[in-house]
Amino acid sequence: MDFYRAHVLVCGGTGCTSSGSAELIERFEKDIAEKGLDKEVKIVRTGCFGLCEAGPIVIVYPEGAFYSRVKVEDVDEIVEEHLLKGRIVERLLHKEDKEEDVATTLDDIEFYKKQNRVALRNCGVIDPEVIDEYIAFDGYKALGTCLTEKTPQEVIDVIKASGLRGRGGGGFPTGVKWQFGHDAKGDQKYVICNADEGDPGAFMDRSVLEGDPHSVIEAMSIAGYAIGANMGYVYVRAEYPIAVKRLQIAIDQAREYGLLGEGIFGTDFKFDIEIRLGAGAFVCGEETALMESIEGHRGEPRPKPPFPANKGLFGKPTIINNVETLANIPQIILKGAEWFGSMGTEKSKGTKVFALGGKINNTGLVEIPMGTTLREVIYDIGGGIPDGKKFKAAQTGGPSGGCIPAEHLDLKIDYDTLTSIGSMMGSGGLIVMDEDNCMVDVAKFFLDFTVDESCGKCPPCRIGTKRMLEILQRITDGKGKPGDIEKLIELGESIKAGALCGLGKTAPNPVLSTIKYFRDEYEAHIYDKRCPAGHCQQLLVYEIIPSKCIGCGMCARVCPADAITGEKKQPHHIDPDKCIKCGACIEKCKFDAIKR
Amino acid sequence: MGNTAEVQAKYDELKGYIAETVKKPGPLMPIMQKAQEIFGSLPFDVQKFISEEMQIPMTDIYGVATFYSQFALEPKGKHVIGVCMGTACYVKKAEGILNALGDELQTAPGGTTPDSLFTLEATRCLGCCGLAPVIMIDDQVYGRLKPEDIPGIIGLYRNKQ
Repeated sequence: MDFYRAHVLVCGGTGCTSSGSAELIERFEKDIAEKGLDKEVKIVRTGCFGLCEAGPIVIVYPEGAFYSRVKVEDVDEIVEEHLLKGRIVERLLHKEDKEEDVATTLDDIEFYKKQNRVALRNCGVIDPEVIDEYIAFDGYKALGTCLTEKTPQEVIDVIKASGLRGRGGGGFPTGVKWQFGHDAKGDQKYVICNADEGDPGAFMDRSVLEGDPHSVIEAMSIAGYAIGANMGYVYVRAEYPIAVKRLQIAIDQAREYGLLGEGIFGTDFKFDIEIRLGAGAFVCGEETALMESIEGHRGEPRPKPPFPANKGLFGKPTIINNVETLANIPQIILKGAEWFGSMGTEKSKGTKVFALGGKINNTGLVEIPMGTTLREVIYDIGGGIPDGKKFKAAQTGGPSGGCIPAEHLDLKIDYDTLTSIGSMMGSGGLIVMDEDNCMVDVAKFFLDFTVDESCGKCPPCRIGTKRMLEILQRITDGKGKPGDIEKLIELGESIKAGALCGLGKTAPNPVLSTIKYFRDEYEAHIYDKRCPAGHCQQLLVYEIIPSKCIGCGMCARVCPADAITGEKKQPHHIDPDKCIKCGACIEKCKFDAIKR
Repeated sequence: MGNTAEVQAKYDELKGYIAETVKKPGPLMPIMQKAQEIFGSLPFDVQKFISEEMQIPMTDIYGVATFYSQFALEPKGKHVIGVCMGTACYVKKAEGILNALGDELQTAPGGTTPDSLFTLEATRCLGCCGLAPVIMIDDQVYGRLKPEDIPGIIGLYRNKQ
């Protein structure tokens, strides 16, 4: 084995790759070869560091210097100064907006201070395409322990005792699910990894697959041992090409090392894994629809019971776990149920990964102990709202979840508290909205999504969501009628009660929760024909402020509807009947003389 | 679809893939994905070929082909541009990006340019929420976009021709 005096870790996650990290790696390799450092310095392409906002990110060890927003032309300086002369390049170290503090290493950065990385522990640390690096970080040790020292029931007992609950949204206790799979009778059983991460705004599963694919393979093998399955499938979105590629490399390497296949760790346990690609259907994230899809059918959910643990894929007993759930398993086996249970709240143990997005300074992936407050996540870790705007709401759970208003900022986040206020954990997307976001429009956005993705099998979802969307469309067009809010609530409650699968049962949540917390916005749209956030085009009224208008005539020239008139050098006027609310005049006016 | 020998070679490749895959459990989706990779889309003739080779009714094939949004019955352009319409991108005004692309390419979402170079699509979340708003051209992601960036990016692909 070769020893290097320095390691340069370059983020190869999707975020940093699109910010140009691949070119950085090329340049680093070229530069260190030219300087003759290639025997002393190793360049490693890792998975995601989480702080996508500041990408591309480069960390140089042993110092742990954390460089952000690195450009190709900066590479020469890092190589010359840091790698050759041993001087950290201060100019490129990560700077946080708030106090203009310069952080030298990852541990100094506010974004990481309150985090506790369990599922993401290897992301950004190891090269995901090299199995030896995973093994060096205790990889496959948990599988070895299970196969050689524990019975399947003992493995299940550890997972049960840990209190781990499904991270895909539902929050079902993982150990109990495994017990069902274990107890089911059958000559053939299956383990499925659900990597059909379809919730808009969530990308933790993608990051785990890209940054630490072996942890998923190891956990699936452990699950296979626990329930008595010898075959596993990973159902992954085709929209994630890097994840698919790295996972396939990892599977091939595991086979080569004898960690997949026959006689694993010298026992008679055999297990293999195959990747199946999704084809762009959100409903396939629902477990029974996913199985239909693997079987080669339209992805339409099946009624439950029978549950998959008894009658799942190809009619055989099957357990299906989400990527992030699985990524926790090897650590629980290695460090014990008590360690895992020491993090989190009474009924939600461990950590949860959230994808911070929307109107927030530090966008990216964060992993925090359950029970952290929303305020800590948004202000301490996320760095607050950009441009000094006011926080309005955070949306969790994607199209199945709801909006959390400012009054609940101090809520300790876990499965049960989120459900109690009408939202849900979902897969962990957390989108922050500020005063410019219209909540009726946000509800319409999610309904539009569910209407499009409804598979059409059951009428409450197929017809009900469509009717709700029509009402929302009417409201945002300024044609809302008294009684519309009540109708939305009634429809929503009926769909929740009557739909076949999780997609339909949760589809009304975004509407119901925004009505609950932002009813005044709905009322303003319906009764005053006004959009308080100034977002809904049809409800805007454009006016010229006479004191600011100098009568230059620019607005009148760009107006496509000839709605603006006025004498030269005199304040102009907009005819509201002719105005089509396109906003062209506002864009052209140099004097801020037009308001809406 | 090119000359006959070329087309025949494509059918032969698909036939070979079907032969090696059909024994596995649940082979239909991988086979249809492969067929789309080879032919670029799944026209009626290709679906019929799969139906005959696999001894599966045409209704099942057509049912699957029309259920999943990634299966295309019509050929797509050389470069497929997906504009992310996920939540994070939506609240950061992805609509403006989609409109800019529509103006630049003179086609509506779902449409293909007359020169068959680009297909424009509004897609589901691409999982790059940290870089919102984003688009994906083929397998390449472009993030933190403003409408004025669009002509430059499209130019890169036009110039490659």
